[in-house]
Amino acid sequence: MAVIDARGIYYRDLNKQVKELVDAGERKVVLNNINGQRYLGDGLKGPARLVINGTPGNDLAAFASDIEITVNGNGQDGIGNTMNDGKIVVHGDAGDIIGYAMRGGKIYIKGRVGYRVGIHMKGYRDKQPTIIIGGSAGDFLGEYMAGGRLILLGLGLEESEPVVGNHVGVGMHGGVIYIRGEVKPYQVGLEVKVFEANEDDKRELRNLLSDYCQEFGYDLEEVMNAQFSKLIPVSSRPYGNLYAY
Amino acid sequence: MRRIPEEKIMSGCAISGILDRKGRRFSGEEIIKSIALMHDRSNGLGGGFAAYGIYPEYKEQYAIHMFYDDLQAKEEVEDFLERHFMISLAEEIPTRKVKAITNSPLIWRYFVLPDQHKLEQANLSEDDYVARCVFKINDQYRGAFVVSSGKNMGVFKGVGYPEDIGEFYQLEQYEAYLWTAHGRFPTNTPGWWGGAHPFTLLDWSIVHNGEISSYGANKRYIEMFGYKCTMMTDTEVITYLFDLLLRKHKLPLELVVKAVAAPLWSEIDRMGEKEKKIASGIRAVYGSTLLNGPFSIILGHKNGFVALNDRIKLRPLVCAEDGERLYVASEESAIREICPEPEKVWAPRGGEPVIGLLEGSSEEWL
Repeated sequence: MAVIDARGIYYRDLNKQVKELVDAGERKVVLNNINGQRYLGDGLKGPARLVINGTPGNDLAAFASDIEITVNGNGQDGIGNTMNDGKIVVHGDAGDIIGYAMRGGKIYIKGRVGYRVGIHMKGYRDKQPTIIIGGSAGDFLGEYMAGGRLILLGLGLEESEPVVGNHVGVGMHGGVIYIRGEVKPYQVGLEVKVFEANEDDKRELRNLLSDYCQEFGYDLEEVMNAQFSKLIPVSSRPYGNLYAY
Repeated sequence: MRRIPEEKIMSGCAISGILDRKGRRFSGEEIIKSIALMHDRSNGLGGGFAAYGIYPEYKEQYAIHMFYDDLQAKEEVEDFLERHFMISLAEEIPTRKVKAITNSPLIWRYFVLPDQHKLEQANLSEDDYVARCVFKINDQYRGAFVVSSGKNMGVFKGVGYPEDIGEFYQLEQYEAYLWTAHGRFPTNTPGWWGGAHPFTLLDWSIVHNGEISSYGANKRYIEMFGYKCTMMTDTEVITYLFDLLLRKHKLPLELVVKAVAAPLWSEIDRMGEKEKKIASGIRAVYGSTLLNGPFSIILGHKNGFVALNDRIKLRPLVCAEDGERLYVASEESAIREICPEPEKVWAPRGGEPVIGLLEGSSEEWL
């Protein structure tokens, strides 16, 4: 295990240092006093584990493969941008466009997230990315979503705080969004239909959530003991023939 | 001053603001640290600060900050100022040599009151008189620009990274109860000294991340009321819109926000009767003030600030509260850099204003 005091270190120097350590075979790097350094863990090929204490800057773990990142603090914008594989666990809130164009791996956020989370995430056969959010999400959740799984739990919200904003799944044409609780028809995009999760869905949810609940110490039974809405696109590849005529 | 950069470097603007709601003043060091943390959001083609409460000894007078290309421009404008104002102090704004800051204009400030005789003749309020003089200088005097024109406030800006601009102007030596800052990445318009943020008129100042795609419509509208857009950038029109709606039309802030970041019609359809009437009325009357396009802004004023996002939140904005302090910034880390453990941190929704009000001042921002 390597420990770095990152206070005041410029992001380029810090990322270089981390990359050299991982390339040399270091499996665990602890970064203390992180504040705003961007691109942490970007393009890193594991296996390796980063523990980030503080507030990492934008585009954490972009293009990452097979690494595990724990953030003890809040995350900013663009976590897991085009992430390929691995797992990111944020013990706090996170910003906008989390999991942007993500194509594999897992992102777990304990608290709230901002706008456009899961925008254009995609999946192919057994490579299905997963984002799980404990708190609430802003507008445009799952915008242009093409694959993978987005789960929103709405735990620990203030009274009358909505679990999700408007324009959920606008432009969505693949994948699935599960939202614990109810979603009003006006909140979702025109391409999306809302169903109540059935027993098969619940089994899938239980599978995905057991690891998540373990990470954050949530009670799985309590989390599961609620109605879940399932959002899926009503047509697949609606623009598939756009250039065909 | 009007030099156009040759290359573009990809990035995005940064904004930051700090208010002490009790009105306690603090030096510029904190805001410099905050904006400097977001160094890589800008590209060295513009940085600037607005500071409120810095001139207590002249607080009843308008503080006119000026840029001049050359001595001739200075002479001509000073001649104009002397004819229109009583000037109690004229001095060069102190700067120090900073390696990264080059090609600076002549930078001066004047503490003035309108000439009583001229004011009576013009039959205008003091503020309108000053605003009219500002537009006249910016529009008609070659090589001269008014940087700021409010009371007990001033703007310090230029071409460079914001932390270098802060050092250049020696901002650690000023004390303000409200600071805002901007690091610029010019997209559609040149990086030049007058084009750096904040943009101002009277007490208003704006720092802005984003771009205003409705600029043409907004400009045509505001020019009908005697405002002139001369800074070659979209942001200045925001400043004038707030001046028109808040100071001239005396609309409450809540309605001004409904005009510039109007709720979508689909949202208006779901409102209760009264709310619906207000929102659609505002959209009908003030449709041309709607700011379209991605933005996060901080509007500074002697009474505090308003931070606001476009309706669908295409730019970042984070807020934090700690005791009497209210912080806003493009990134949470820029707040934590100067306030590591705030009591509360949150991200406002698109179109939801975050209002920081100085204790004892009214909600009506006149």
